[in-house]
Amino acid sequence: MSNILVYALHFEGAINKNSLGAISAAAKLAGDLGGEAHVVLVGDDISDDTAASVGAYGATKAYRVNAAAGTAQPVVDALDQIASGGDYGYALFGGGLLGFEAGAGLAARRGGGIAVEVTGLTVDGGKLVAERPVLGDSQISKIGFKGFGVVVGRLNAFEATEGGSPAPVEDVTVELSKAAGQINVVTRGEQRGADVNIEDAQVLITGGRGLGKPESFSLAEDLAGAFGGNAAVAATRAAVDAGWFPYAGQIGQTGKTVAPKLYVGLGVSGAIQHKVGMQSAEAIVAINKDANAPIFDFADLGVVGDLHAITPALTEAIKAKKG
Amino acid sequence: MTKIVVLVKEVPDAAVNKQLDASTGRLVRSGERTLNPFDTHAIEAALQLKEGGELSVDEVVAVTIAPAGAEKTLNKAVALGADRSILLSDEGLAGSDVVATAYALAELVKRESPDLVLLGQQSDDGQSYAVGAAVAEYLGWPGLTQVVGLKVEGDKLRAERQAEYGYDTVEVTLPAVLSVGDAINEPRYPSLKAIMGAKKKPQEKLTLADAGIDASKVGADGSQAVWQSAEEPPAKAAGAIIEEDDVAAAVEQIVAWLDERKLV
Ligand SMILES: Cc1cc2nc3c(=O)[nH]c(=O)nc-3n(C[C@H](O)[C@H](O)[C@H](O)COP(=O)(O)OP(=O)(O)OC[C@H]3O[C@@H](n4cnc5c(N)ncnc54)[C@H](O)[C@@H]3O)c2cc1C
Ligand SMILES: Nc1ncnc2c1ncn2[C@@H]1O[C@H](COP(=O)(O)O)[C@@H](O)[C@H]1O
Repeated sequence: MSNILVYALHFEGAINKNSLGAISAAAKLAGDLGGEAHVVLVGDDISDDTAASVGAYGATKAYRVNAAAGTAQPVVDALDQIASGGDYGYALFGGGLLGFEAGAGLAARRGGGIAVEVTGLTVDGGKLVAERPVLGDSQISKIGFKGFGVVVGRLNAFEATEGGSPAPVEDVTVELSKAAGQINVVTRGEQRGADVNIEDAQVLITGGRGLGKPESFSLAEDLAGAFGGNAAVAATRAAVDAGWFPYAGQIGQTGKTVAPKLYVGLGVSGAIQHKVGMQSAEAIVAINKDANAPIFDFADLGVVGDLHAITPALTEAIKAKKG
Repeated sequence: MTKIVVLVKEVPDAAVNKQLDASTGRLVRSGERTLNPFDTHAIEAALQLKEGGELSVDEVVAVTIAPAGAEKTLNKAVALGADRSILLSDEGLAGSDVVATAYALAELVKRESPDLVLLGQQSDDGQSYAVGAAVAEYLGWPGLTQVVGLKVEGDKLRAERQAEYGYDTVEVTLPAVLSVGDAINEPRYPSLKAIMGAKKKPQEKLTLADAGIDASKVGADGSQAVWQSAEEPPAKAAGAIIEEDDVAAAVEQIVAWLDERKLV
């Protein structure tokens, strides 16, 4: 049970960066286990080059499965069939929504165990041990597996390292389950709202649900304006899902990863799925009226108070300071 | 005729500090407990489907697996709009991992044979966002998580959700398992009448044996993911905190703080 299967999420010909990280991690770990890392790609538009490219990250084989991409069911069917036909002890997912879904489905199908939000993996006594932060990252649990183990990495947890050569590609025909036939992706990857750029800004003013209504994003715009040219406005998923801000400006698990010099959260609770996209900011400032908000556990400066009162005054003070 | 099962969880109150038992890695279950706030969106989604009329929902059933004493929490789910509730409680469930919990939940769902199962986006304590997909797998039904838009289209549901490349629109044929994101709706507040009435709605209490659940597949022994130990992460210097009593004074402190770090 020394080989590791890795699911490579891809979209429009590009493999997800977190999947590439998972492949690199799996290649190293499989080496420690005395096995290999093999990659599974599921989709109806995967080129030979895309599939083979996983070799550059350490995989020694790429399985290509021709099935609809975007939902978990075909991925579970594919990984289960491939795992059943070989010496696989583990499956690794680089995170992402589909990773959680397919990972959980696969663990259930194979009667295995699952560890999610994993930030580190080690080999101990010939078995994988996963590190999973819990309780708002205040503790790190170590989790092992009795049988088949499924690991879903946290966003950005595993770094992609390039080195190897293209992997041989094997086409596999997978028998899809009944459930796969009952779910159908109509459209995928729709960009809602304008194409804002938050990745290059030095200062990011982030609006959360605490803003209360879409119009209040003007408080964030004004504050960003006071900081000047290198500042931009970003948002949480809650604000984007509500239609208050464009998806392109969302930070977190299913949004962008940013590392500005200064992050200011206005009415942002600091959920883990948001934190994983902004924790590399050099300075984190949070304005939140709830002293128990999780963001205060990792903010460098926490301001407990009403953002509607504080933000306009702060904007004026920064303008005055800048002259 | 449509029946909806909503899976709800009892979690530690957010205002209470959550703790791990250092010897087992399980959450300490003492202290105030409440209904997982994310699950109120799933109940609301069920109610909106019922009130929308397109599905002719005749029953919404709230189902939970929890230690004894969760009756009150389950009543909250009923007060929010469920017609009745089911509580599975058994010592043998202690230490169940995600997959074992999902197996037992799926067995409870099978006893009800609904057309739709709804869940919350995540449990406030476990936070695995994985239970829904595992339940779907055990039932052999299609599953989709983090749904923030839901429409009935004939015998299908049209669901929208955000994944890593933007928004996806997905068509699902029932029966299906959907977890809903917290932006899908604004849960209503239960009326006093609903709160009082909740205690009178049927509540079924089951043990593993009652529900015909294979005890060897749940609990710590039946779980394949094994908690080994917990460590404190490397300490990070605590941040500064300003309690705003006076806006001008708070702003002055923020600007000084930024200035010191050459951030303004
Ligand atoms: C699989 C998955 C993926 C996810 N991906 C992402 C992602 O990419 N990005 C993301 O951001 N989230 C993501 N989430 C959602 C995440 O769990 C949270 O639900 C979300 O981040 C919450 O956004 P929020 O902080 O704006 O809202 P809330 O959590 O509702 O917080 C609002 C905050 O505003 C404060 N507030 C309210 N009024 C005021 C006021 N007047 N003054 C000051 N403060 C006030 C409140 O105290 C509260 O803390 C994901 C979740 C899952 C399960
Ligand atoms: N013990 C449980 N009983 C009933 N429902 C649960 C239980 N655990 C999790 N759930 C459901 O699964 C969802 C996701 O939980 P999780 O996968 O733990 O983040 C929750 O929002 C609940 O709807």
